[in-house]
Amino acid sequence: MASRMKKEAPEIPSGSMADIAFLLLIFFLVTTTIASDRGILNILPPKVDPNVPPPDIQLNERNIFNIRVNMNDQLMVENDYRDNTEGLSQEVKEFILNFGAPNEEAQALYNSLPPSLKALARMDPESSDHPMSGGAVVSIKTDRGTGYDTYLEVLDLVKRAYFEIYAERVGLTADEYRALSGDNPGEEELRKRGSADIPMAISIAEPDK
Amino acid sequence: MAKFKKKNKASTSISVASLPDIVFMLLFFFMVTTVLREQDLLVEQKLPQASQLQKLQKKSLISYLYVGRPRNTALYGTEPRIQANDVLITTNDIVLWVNQEKDKLSEAERDQITISLKADREVKMGPISDIQFELREADARRVLYASTVKATD
Repeated sequence: MASRMKKEAPEIPSGSMADIAFLLLIFFLVTTTIASDRGILNILPPKVDPNVPPPDIQLNERNIFNIRVNMNDQLMVENDYRDNTEGLSQEVKEFILNFGAPNEEAQALYNSLPPSLKALARMDPESSDHPMSGGAVVSIKTDRGTGYDTYLEVLDLVKRAYFEIYAERVGLTADEYRALSGDNPGEEELRKRGSADIPMAISIAEPDK
Repeated sequence: MAKFKKKNKASTSISVASLPDIVFMLLFFFMVTTVLREQDLLVEQKLPQASQLQKLQKKSLISYLYVGRPRNTALYGTEPRIQANDVLITTNDIVLWVNQEKDKLSEAERDQITISLKADREVKMGPISDIQFELREADARRVLYASTVKATD
């Protein structure tokens, strides 16, 4: 009896195992979409309360870097017409780091910058006073007919200028700086140190109706 | 002649015994990375390109809005429409939709809700700014302009 049982002990044929695995593999290959949650983050301004009058902020014209995009995707940068975005990022960088009329705090900030960023400061009295809050603002205004991709391209270039400044301050490349997750205290500290005192002041104006 | 014979003998066939293992390994990789699409896209989606992309930490905080030309132009026309979950909505419904999405989150996380705006590159700024206005009304101010990677020069 025992010997008979032993003889009948079934063995699953493993020859078709590979076929089954292939079948499953092909199914997942076809259905897979590698998720991408990447994009450009933008914080919208708070909603307008009709009971509270909008704060009356006086900014000097020299502290605003105007970028306008019309319905034909043509650009007006600081009252100059142009039809491509070449060199825009560099101009924004020079505008932010102009230090035209720094106060005491801004002067301390200037002294803390690495030499490569100090070199960008032209101290032009016609351009922004300092990059701290209340200083340089980049304003982007579009038309209702502007293409979304053009708007994003401009926003992307302005963000790039800021990220390059932040990265330079902590001795990283812009790509490395953006990849800082803030998951651990070390990365969080680096991120804070990069952006300290230079807020990302990008104003996105509502298009004309 | 003897030399040739030796050579022939040396070339044995590759063992296929580990083939299932290799296939299983690939299978597991795709099983882990796969995200079964929860909804059918009703609008065209060709995301714009950008270089300064950021990745978000918490996926649970993200809600998606799709904007683009409807795929079924006979039914929905050719003007850009907004898709939330499975249906096409109008700008007036956004506030309601945001509040529904916020209800799914825990109370502490509600103000951190992020709207991933997956807009087609053909869309004009008009509809986009309307959406942004509604999002401000709904107090969902973190917006992620979803885009694909463009190499920096």
